[in-house]
Amino acid sequence: MTEINKVIFANHDDVDSASIECYIKNGGYSAWKKIVATAELAKTRESIINQVKASGLRGRGGAGFPTGLKWSFMPNTGNQQYIVCNSDESEPGTCHDREILQRNPHALIEGMAIAGFAINATVGYNYVRGEFIEDCYPQIEKALKEAYEYGFLGKNILDSVISFDLYNYLGAGAYICGEETGLLESLEGKQGKPRFKPPFPANYGLYGAPTTVNNTQTLATIPKIMTNGPEWYSSMGTKQSPGTIIFSVSGHIKKPGNYELPLGISFSDLIKISGGVIDDKNIKAVIPGGSSTKVLPADVILKCNMDYESLEQAGSSLGTGAVVVMAEGTCMVEILKRISRFYYAESCGQCTPCREGTGWLYRILDRITNGQGNETDINLLLDIANRIEGNTICAFGDASAWPVQSFLHHFFDEFEYMIKNKGKSKAA
Amino acid sequence: MENTLPKNITETIDQWMSKFPQGKQRSAIIAALHAVQKHNDGFLTNNLMDQVAEYINVPKMNIYEVATFYSMFQTQPVGRHEIAVCNNISCMLRGSNEIIDHLEKKLNIRIGQSTSDGNIFLKKEEECLAACTGAPMMMVDHVYIENLTIEKVDQTLERLKK
Repeated sequence: MTEINKVIFANHDDVDSASIECYIKNGGYSAWKKIVATAELAKTRESIINQVKASGLRGRGGAGFPTGLKWSFMPNTGNQQYIVCNSDESEPGTCHDREILQRNPHALIEGMAIAGFAINATVGYNYVRGEFIEDCYPQIEKALKEAYEYGFLGKNILDSVISFDLYNYLGAGAYICGEETGLLESLEGKQGKPRFKPPFPANYGLYGAPTTVNNTQTLATIPKIMTNGPEWYSSMGTKQSPGTIIFSVSGHIKKPGNYELPLGISFSDLIKISGGVIDDKNIKAVIPGGSSTKVLPADVILKCNMDYESLEQAGSSLGTGAVVVMAEGTCMVEILKRISRFYYAESCGQCTPCREGTGWLYRILDRITNGQGNETDINLLLDIANRIEGNTICAFGDASAWPVQSFLHHFFDEFEYMIKNKGKSKAA
Repeated sequence: MENTLPKNITETIDQWMSKFPQGKQRSAIIAALHAVQKHNDGFLTNNLMDQVAEYINVPKMNIYEVATFYSMFQTQPVGRHEIAVCNNISCMLRGSNEIIDHLEKKLNIRIGQSTSDGNIFLKKEEECLAACTGAPMMMVDHVYIENLTIEKVDQTLERLKK
């Protein structure tokens, strides 16, 4: 059987896993202690970035950009630079960062300290979604306080020349703040409207200073890579998708949960680990990486391995690793309507194709489910989606178009049937 | 304008402002609005927003545009306790529509409204609340309640009556 929970979730069974004592007992902060004890700062920085590159770690926030390479883009300006963690977890279907914050916050703190050092950032912000205000925010505030008390953060850490200050920040409910430049705007106290790129955050980030934004899971993986070595990490997973990822498996599944598994695990093994489909039904479709990734019908996903290249070949992507399972009998028109409603409500409104297009998509789907669809609606949906895709400042526009394109591609007959039969679902 | 923000609120705002570099106090707006809204039983008023603007020393517009952009801020009076049912795909697949129907019936309001006694606000939640593996779920005053059943919803409503 596949090995489970080897990296961030390694001490998951310990009831006290969030405490600094438990973290240290299991080797936590040893990588950071070794780094701050170094005399050769520049060489150590270079070595950290090389190790992260060698580990093959890719950003787990959805885009899968190589982490070491991202860090290497950071200049050394001699002025203030920042490391920012994107804990604004809100991609529909995704809930593993919340579990990291709850159960292993010190891995994130240590990861941010190491990342900060590597990219010449002496200040870090952990941007946490606002809805976590009573849920896990108090816990990560406690963890941060512990890290300061133990002397792992602050000025001249453990009597070294290295300083690093870390702060938690709370958002206030806006999906778009998960987009890294929207997040930076929000962190500056503004509306979370994404910025034009270039310039990229490495050149013009928080307060205009060089900044790297990484996802929670990405940063929380760093300490283990440093302690156990990049070869250990890349020995898991596949050649092109090394390491592990936490899958959030939800929907029509017997044991929904967050499972940390090697990349490249077969979809059917993932379903076995998640207990199989509810009522032992057949799978109808799966959204493999959060609602922004393209839906795949059962016959396609059942042949897939869960890694970047396999899912791309299948016409979708790994995204955040949020696997939403839909059993036979699920009405795909209703699901797409729900997804479109989400993008309509969450569009920040900056770009006309997205602001107007997402509402238009939702209204068409709404009238189809209400029995008032026209024969021309399917082409209209596609036309609108195709005109949003690629024509907006950020990837949100694409994310709103892909579900429409993929649902229509794979389940065209259900839309056609519902329009012809005045709102009656083919699936029911 | 006389500033009447209570001392514990201004202390919270001060604490937040200390997290940011000199001159970047605007970064504390969201935290300040969270604090003020909580103090005011769950919603913001123009007067409160103006006082925050004055205290942080930014134009009022900077406060208004933030308060109206983020879904957690209410700029109209709402009920004291906020219930937000996640209704995104994972929760929908596990029966969140039935949970919402039940709440609407039981509270005799539609989603987005507050009860006439001002006790409960049934928020229209558009976002996924990141508890998909515990679907269906709802937040009650931002405390997550997962693996919801109709019984659990009823127990929660009983508790909120007190």
